[in-house]
Amino acid sequence: MKNGLTQSALKGVRALDLTRGWAGPIGGRFLADFGAEVIKVEAPTGRGLANVEPLHPLKYMRVVHAAYPDNDPGDEPYNRYGAFNEYHRNKLSLTLDLTTEECKEIFRKLVLISDVVLENYSARVMRNFGFDYESLRKLNPGIIMVSMPGFGTYGPQGHFVSYGSDIEPNAGITHLMGYEGSGPMRHGEAYADPSAGVHAAQAMLTALFHRRRTGRGQYVDLAQSESMIGLIGEHILAYSMNGEEPERMGNRHPTFAPHGCYRCRGEDKWVAISVESEEEWGEFCEVLGNPGWAMDEKFRGVEGRRGNQDELDANISRWTADKDYKEVMHLLQSRGIAAGAVFTNQDVAEDPHLKDRGYIWDVPHPRAGTRQFLGAPFQMSRTPVALHRPAPMLGEHNEYVVRELLGMKAVEAERLKEAGLMVTRPPV
Amino acid sequence: MKTAKAPQALEGIRALEVGHGLAAPYCTKSMASFGAEVIKVEDPSDGDGFRKTGPFLDHAPHRETSAPFLYLNTGKKSVTLNLESGEGVDIFRRLVKEADVLVEDLRPGQMAGMGLGYEELKGINPGLVMASITGFGQSGPYRDYKANSMVSYAVTGLMYMNGYPGKEPLTGSGHIPEYEAAVHAYNAIAAALFWREGSGEGQYIDVSVMETMAYFHEFAIVVWTHVGIQNERAGNRHPVGIHPLSLYPCKDGYVSISVATPDQYDNLMLLIERPDLLDEPRYADRHDRWNLADEFDEILLPWLLEHTADEIVSRAQELRIPSGRLNECGELMSDVQLSARDFWVDVEHPHAGRQTYPGAPFKMSGTPYQAGRAPVLGEHNEDVYADMLGLSPGEMSGLREAKVI
Repeated sequence: MKNGLTQSALKGVRALDLTRGWAGPIGGRFLADFGAEVIKVEAPTGRGLANVEPLHPLKYMRVVHAAYPDNDPGDEPYNRYGAFNEYHRNKLSLTLDLTTEECKEIFRKLVLISDVVLENYSARVMRNFGFDYESLRKLNPGIIMVSMPGFGTYGPQGHFVSYGSDIEPNAGITHLMGYEGSGPMRHGEAYADPSAGVHAAQAMLTALFHRRRTGRGQYVDLAQSESMIGLIGEHILAYSMNGEEPERMGNRHPTFAPHGCYRCRGEDKWVAISVESEEEWGEFCEVLGNPGWAMDEKFRGVEGRRGNQDELDANISRWTADKDYKEVMHLLQSRGIAAGAVFTNQDVAEDPHLKDRGYIWDVPHPRAGTRQFLGAPFQMSRTPVALHRPAPMLGEHNEYVVRELLGMKAVEAERLKEAGLMVTRPPV
Repeated sequence: MKTAKAPQALEGIRALEVGHGLAAPYCTKSMASFGAEVIKVEDPSDGDGFRKTGPFLDHAPHRETSAPFLYLNTGKKSVTLNLESGEGVDIFRRLVKEADVLVEDLRPGQMAGMGLGYEELKGINPGLVMASITGFGQSGPYRDYKANSMVSYAVTGLMYMNGYPGKEPLTGSGHIPEYEAAVHAYNAIAAALFWREGSGEGQYIDVSVMETMAYFHEFAIVVWTHVGIQNERAGNRHPVGIHPLSLYPCKDGYVSISVATPDQYDNLMLLIERPDLLDEPRYADRHDRWNLADEFDEILLPWLLEHTADEIVSRAQELRIPSGRLNECGELMSDVQLSARDFWVDVEHPHAGRQTYPGAPFKMSGTPYQAGRAPVLGEHNEDVYADMLGLSPGEMSGLREAKVI
């Protein structure tokens, strides 16, 4: 929430965001959310979701994937792309064809007046443009540049191409997840993408703080795979210590029981329940009305419950079967037991708790109408993350950037437009 | 290894941690890794709860050899302090005066209950940046609800998507929700410190694991708010209509193969030595392939099962097909790319010996990552209480006798 007392943490910082896809744009969005001026530098050819090449949304993207409002691409699909509008809020848009010398020159001038360059091309692309860190540093010694290919910019696999779906198994995350006694399972979401984006933000913020104190810029090589391995670090260290791989145990827990996901009333409705102490087990039994089975000696103590989990879970499932998944969550939580209804997307979007905390934002957009998006990932008392502007329309800030920031003459800007380098519509 | 003299990004920042879970410790571990001085405040009786949580070295429970504890607390100092005693609270306030950052993950209201809420601490140190990380945040109807990794996966929409259709939804790997909340908290703290450089003012940061984890599900939420469609569980396949973006078994493990464009499809057919399918109209469209995924996989699997993960990935990459091998923990440690990039760090610990730890999440050219070791319980009482706060030997022994430290 904005009010007169709050400010933007990164006011005065300018970043050039050359990223496509999901991972990179989220990194840039963090800076924009904190109030930096983030200029998304886009190819004039349009806005593809897949980060392999510029894809024309009309040609390649099915409406569901692109998430146009009400399934309707409209006349300007590139401005109505739900995912794009989510990933690029608070940013400006400038179209540049970086394969042309004219646009390269504009980019160089922008580097002179910017603080951060973020890119997620595969490793060789920036070099081929002539924009590797060494070149940018010659232009602006204070520049912070972050590259974030899947496997890093060097090493025997530094040239590998990947999507987020390839990164997660590579980083060891997938190995830990799966049904008991069954194969590895990936997240049902290309979770590695946003995770890499959050880590890119971490790199940029760390480097910005250092620069604020010392004036020094630097280069960050973020291998998306490496950025994720730390998230399972305790398992890696345990392997180093004892040489044992973690077991996949579905929803069960190495020390607690019950710890599982139980079917509730309705279609595909579930609740996750975790009992973490004897005291909680007593409460849990009371909520269930102290049924005879729960009093059985075999379920006494966590060892007993862990040793008889199939039977334990079957009993609990009988109790949850005719209950509402959210009611079970609220009931158990009111007794101090960790429980979570397995939310659908709709449940998240309409959740009263998230709404109460202002997490769901209504964002008006000139071409996409007003839609709900996720808001600030955390609340800050003095510099809250705020909506400064909706995602930019393609090339919306071309004029602002080249005329106001770079002082280009009107005739020159006009010529760039005529050459199809600065556009507000992709070529047909 | 970079030289020890290179400056670190967060040099000069002092952070206090009062952590009971994973989130606050991972956040401050990251701060320590980038150069902050982190003082971990532990209970004098048995310390951080993770000291009692395995796996332990050689499976022998010992408070200095828990893998999660050792991993989550590298590079920190440990002091013991009983925050339930008046003297302990007084000493904590004196520490706050000397600190730039405080990170805590107690239940909402617990710090305030001890007289250590942000409003009070701000009076002691207006420049303090304080971050609280809890399952559901400091406000709202669920603020007092209990969370853990599985519950956080459940209430964010991610769990619904994990697993096979028809089977129960699956929680995710390890403790990812708490770890990711910690990275988010780090980011908010870094932004707050940046702003503090100009304003001189600190602030309070409220981090909810639910909200930070839902962030990773935003694409699906946008699909819901724009189109009204709920994606369904699809196992190791892509949930919304592209195939193959999938994880497959192979001769010696698993590989992921991602084919989203026509060129990638052609190259996939060359990879599996089926040029006869290059112009197969049934498979020309990635969405058609998704509808025919079972049939399509029958074509891929025989070839994949005859080849090792490394053979498949190296040939697929030559053909520019996005792909990767699945690594187990042990395989990660011998991964050629990670080794070539010096990802791993070896850390010597007085009780746990020399072990291999994951290293920097990213490589910074100017401000290196620092891999320290986890402290033993109360290792830095002397440094912090005597040298930093100036307590006398008499005061120290009095506090020790009263079991305050």
